[in-house]
Amino acid sequence: MSAIPVDRARVDRSAVFAHSRGGTDPRTAARWTRRQVAANNMRALIGRAYPRVRGMVREPSWLFFEILLPFLTTSAFVFVYRALQAPEAYIGFVVLGGALSAFWLNVVWMMAGQLYWEKSQGNLELYFAAPMNLMAILLGMAIGGLVMSSLRAAAVLVISTLVYGVTFSVDQWLLVVVVFVLTLSALYGLGMMLASLFLLWGREAFHMTNVLIEPVYFVSGLNFPVGRLGALGALAIATLPFAVGLDAMRQLVFAGQPYITGTPSPELEALILLGMTIVFTLLARWTIHRIERIARHRGTLSIRWQ
Amino acid sequence: MSVDTGSALPPAISVAGLRRVYETKPQPVVALAGVDLEVRPGEFFGLLGPNGAGKTTLIKILTTLLLPTSGEARIFGFDVSTESNRIRRIMNMVAGGEQSGYGILTVREQLWMFTQFYGLEAREGWRRVDELIEAVGMGDQRLQRVSTLSTGQRQKMNMARGLLNDPWILFLDEPTLGLDVAAARGIRDLVLAWKAAVPGRTVLLTTHYMAEADELCERIAIVDHGRILAIGTPDELKKRVQRESIFRLEVDHLDGGAPSLARLPGVVSASLAADSDPEQQRVAVNLVLTEDAALGAVVSALGGLGSQILALRKSEPTLEDVFVELVGRGFSEETEPPVPVGAEA
Repeated sequence: MSAIPVDRARVDRSAVFAHSRGGTDPRTAARWTRRQVAANNMRALIGRAYPRVRGMVREPSWLFFEILLPFLTTSAFVFVYRALQAPEAYIGFVVLGGALSAFWLNVVWMMAGQLYWEKSQGNLELYFAAPMNLMAILLGMAIGGLVMSSLRAAAVLVISTLVYGVTFSVDQWLLVVVVFVLTLSALYGLGMMLASLFLLWGREAFHMTNVLIEPVYFVSGLNFPVGRLGALGALAIATLPFAVGLDAMRQLVFAGQPYITGTPSPELEALILLGMTIVFTLLARWTIHRIERIARHRGTLSIRWQ
Repeated sequence: MSVDTGSALPPAISVAGLRRVYETKPQPVVALAGVDLEVRPGEFFGLLGPNGAGKTTLIKILTTLLLPTSGEARIFGFDVSTESNRIRRIMNMVAGGEQSGYGILTVREQLWMFTQFYGLEAREGWRRVDELIEAVGMGDQRLQRVSTLSTGQRQKMNMARGLLNDPWILFLDEPTLGLDVAAARGIRDLVLAWKAAVPGRTVLLTTHYMAEADELCERIAIVDHGRILAIGTPDELKKRVQRESIFRLEVDHLDGGAPSLARLPGVVSASLAADSDPEQQRVAVNLVLTEDAALGAVVSALGGLGSQILALRKSEPTLEDVFVELVGRGFSEETEPPVPVGAEA
């Protein structure tokens, strides 16, 4: 939004300070209707997403790191498959995996560590002291990250598709959209839960980040159909939103490919994703409120120096 | 003076038997050891004490960031433990040296983000931000990135953030920490102007700057080792240590020296000040009188001795004198470690 011009000569400090939106007395001002509470949470969500989106526009260097580097990683696997004379369908699998990995990386690197970082910056206690529900902050973080990751994913997908000539075959467009939305919901639900847990565990949790990247990529079948992993792949589909979302998307956008076998149907995987979304979001809600109680009880979480 | 906003309104802050123990190793530490306190609506109240006295712990409890170990604390009648949501709608807080927010945003954007946390409608938020930026004197920095602000500018921005939701109670935790004289004065003027604009606004200030507490606060509590040692107006506190009237007198000459004044009725003692210079016709005497009225006898006696009074100044005790009297050490002296559990007085 552009700056609203202020005539400095007309700024009357006492008039500005006399502004009072808080009712005629503090007791009245403290009583909000349900509608006010809901509006506050919605605005807090937008407010927290704002710096992510703003920062993305303001620091274009992310274009290099977030698009070019993942494209190179994807390209490496494309060249390996071509050198091995693997079926051309595998190029498509790699490209889709590379695009969707943007969301997983965002969840693990940005979402999970965010509250811990907010604590070290001194923001967390301001969040705790503000009237909104902390879930609004988590959702705002998720949406801000999602906007950024969507651009990266789209860029990797488009560039790789054009460069490597990937062809898609979609029979159920609606289901593609549903699965994509559910995949993101489940992923960011997990991210919100991890954010609280990382805050609780502190620096130790960042070692967990490393564990969550390469092994998860492998068991999720980032560059190959996860069904090839047998029981391990089935376990991944039952527990990791990235694994199940990626497999469902592959089944839907490369319809009829004989190489995708050994996994549930996309419809069933959509239900698994729905279940994961509900479970992770509820767990995130429970965890953040538990964290707040612990923070207030121990005095060790929200306060920077403790 | 504070403004009475109605007898039905409960105290802005009401604290009874408040204890806070940190479960630290090797042994728990008592940060608050039974605090009782009441602050009236509209009052500017100060918590004065050295580092580690328990000021920040108290403010964290009152701002709903910490739970008390035992005891009770209420803000305008709302319990900090069970009604934190209501308290958060009517309060705000600003701490010295605060680095909150996101460096990549401009001042204007950062403040707008915080308006959203307090539920201001988007356009209203931008308007309020623009008004407050001008009111705190940051018009030239409105489009500057937060990461490039000086310490003083950042604290002005933090103050603007603290006022975004028009709080009824504002908690200031060492708000001028690390600021130069001019910047600190700017912050103090800002707080006074904001508070004066609406009757009933209450400010709780923690500081270890004596002069700041003296200048701003209507009442002060002196805190040390998690206890309130004394509460009163600055004048009341000073009177605790000033049982006699102390004057510094300068005359052109004084026949008979200081003993000639010490013998007068109502004079407890009279001594020549170290910086007296009789050769330059300037004799300085430190006088301790039982009361101010005894000064009349001194002035008459000086007339009889043919001395001309060059200067007369009453010495006021400072809050530091009060603190030394209460705890037996100065503010700048090393504080003792916090009190372990079981070793409380």
